[in-house]
Amino acid sequence: MAGPAYIADPESAVRAVAVDGLTLLFHAPSGMTHIVAAPAPEILGALREGAADAAELIRRLRARFDLDDSDPGSASGAGAEAAILARLDELEAAGLVRRA
Amino acid sequence: MRHRLALQIGPVAFRIGSAWRAPLDALAKLYAGYPAPADGLCDFTVRLEPERPWRLFLRPSVAIRGDYVLPDAAPLALAHGLLAAEMGMNLQMALGQKRHLLLHAATVEKDGRALIMTGESGAGKSTLAALLGERGWRLMGDEFALLDMASGDLLPFPRAISLKNGAIGVMEAEVGGDRFGPRLDGTPKGAIRHMRPNQEALARMSEAAKPALILFPRFGAAAAVRGVGQAEVFIRLTQASTNYVALGRRGFDALTGLVRGTPALAIDYPDAETAIGLVEDFRRELAA
Amino acid sequence: MTAARLLVRALRDPASIGSCDWAGLVSAARAEQLLASLAFRMEGMAVPPRIAALFEDARRDAAQVRTQALWEAEMARRALAPLGVPMILMKGTAFHAAGLDAAIGRSVGDLDIMVPRASLPAVEQALLEAGWEHVKDSEGYDDSYYRRWMHELPPLIHRTRDRMIDVHHTILPLTARPRPDAEALIADSMTLDNGLSILSPADMIVHAAAHLFADGDLAGGLRNLWDIDRLLREFASDAFWPLLAERARLHQLHGPVSRALRLANRLYFTPVDRAVAGRARLADRLFEARLLARNGWGQERRKALRFTFYVRSHWLRMPPLMLARHLWVKATR
Repeated sequence: MAGPAYIADPESAVRAVAVDGLTLLFHAPSGMTHIVAAPAPEILGALREGAADAAELIRRLRARFDLDDSDPGSASGAGAEAAILARLDELEAAGLVRRA
Repeated sequence: MRHRLALQIGPVAFRIGSAWRAPLDALAKLYAGYPAPADGLCDFTVRLEPERPWRLFLRPSVAIRGDYVLPDAAPLALAHGLLAAEMGMNLQMALGQKRHLLLHAATVEKDGRALIMTGESGAGKSTLAALLGERGWRLMGDEFALLDMASGDLLPFPRAISLKNGAIGVMEAEVGGDRFGPRLDGTPKGAIRHMRPNQEALARMSEAAKPALILFPRFGAAAAVRGVGQAEVFIRLTQASTNYVALGRRGFDALTGLVRGTPALAIDYPDAETAIGLVEDFRRELAA
Repeated sequence: MTAARLLVRALRDPASIGSCDWAGLVSAARAEQLLASLAFRMEGMAVPPRIAALFEDARRDAAQVRTQALWEAEMARRALAPLGVPMILMKGTAFHAAGLDAAIGRSVGDLDIMVPRASLPAVEQALLEAGWEHVKDSEGYDDSYYRRWMHELPPLIHRTRDRMIDVHHTILPLTARPRPDAEALIADSMTLDNGLSILSPADMIVHAAAHLFADGDLAGGLRNLWDIDRLLREFASDAFWPLLAERARLHQLHGPVSRALRLANRLYFTPVDRAVAGRARLADRLFEARLLARNGWGQERRKALRFTFYVRSHWLRMPPLMLARHLWVKATR
């Protein structure tokens, strides 16, 4: 594995409620509520399959979903990957994801 | 404490102790007709004390204390003692209430359907609630809405309504003078005058109601109505709650239940009569 | 019976409370941060319905307090893990982490951790990177005071969770006369199944006694003493008392520990070893009076007595010239 591996808490630890395009999350271990947008819930779901580094995570997401790589602001067209990595950092800061 | 008063307001009982008599005399007069707690006990204690011992008589300075305190809160002048008592009760609720989800909102009820009005200070919620309370609606509260997390019902908490600046004149024109406290000028929020809710509100202060509509009123623009998405409602309600964070899973379930089960609208209104008209339109639609 | 005495009696012997000044009991308990502890002690006892409902609220709230305290500990653990330094939980969070009796109903404010002194700069840096920030304080005076003389970094607060962390490297200020052995505290620390670390039981009691006497003016003393009662009852054994005495001497805190034992025995009827507790001293009565200076409206009474203890607590922390300067700066702020 290239970079650090990440883990998410099991499904039983989180109560998710979908409301108009966003997900309200209650995270039992912290007692905190988070409001997240795609691809955050998808990232959490993918990490529940087991620990993964960023590259593996992106592979899992590609397998499950169509990722939109087009990003007008990016020369390399890796818009989706950049978004996933940014969300992963945010999820780690929020405590929803941790290093394995 | 030399002077004391006990009040039952909806499901919450307060005892208020004071080093001076005047604030409690004013409080007792404003809350005439409210029951004393039946069991002689209370849920929260408020204390009005001199900031320093010598401030009891010398330029009297009222520190707001009690079971729950804000460490750096500025004291008030004795002339504003009634306001100090009201702020003291607010503080106990904001910091100590853990049984029900608290929303900073005004609530009125008609035909068993409750309307929750929430938004920034100065949006006119208290004034609208006070007016609706005189126009066939029952006032359930102007400052705090209490959500029973088990049933999803709203519980009444009809404190004296806190009217500010222009709103004072509006309500003085609607309601007899015996229901008002003294006019307090020079407070941090300008002029304040407290108004007791009417007989119906007091008589029915134990009666819960189902939430039927969440309203985000905004004063000062031409009349407009728009729907509000559930995510936005949820976010705004957590911002309007002082105890959401402390309530954990129960609070999450109750608030998501409220948001998913209750329609929400944002309205702009140029004057109170327009807002009242809009509210009556909504009520008729909901009843149909 | 004063409200504070009623509170103490209700904690140590809840079944003995029949009709009483319930409003006074609740206000005193709230003022002393003991409402939830009291609510657990009185669970199942016959109390008026309104009080029963308040106790139920307090027990429920205690679960969320515990969750949040342990979460702060976990987030600190995640932030500091890459450094590989010991991170030892202290006070209420430690009790919750280990599931001790002292955790039941225990309120928690800030997260208190102890790390080796040499690691403080790296620890501070790691916490700042993980989202904690310095508390916006007034002039630089308090900041330098904290760093040089107190036993901790200036307090940090987490920017999104809004919770404070206090990072210590020993259990008393450097200016205090007793000099606890910080390395020994770390060497004897214990690691729990959840990966978090706490002090050894004897050291926890020594720390609680230090916190009660040498690092405070006894405000909140009834709760600290209740911690000590709960810890002693849980860990007491024939082998434990000499170990406690030995650790107390090692950390130069034998006086405070003995006094803590005597006061816990006086107020909470804690069984204590007579040899370790020592003879009753005249000053014990003053300490007891200071601890019980709370009335049924939640007010602190006995101002002169409290002022004596306030000055005393600063005296213990700072040499006289520093104390004078510190109090002067604070007064003219």
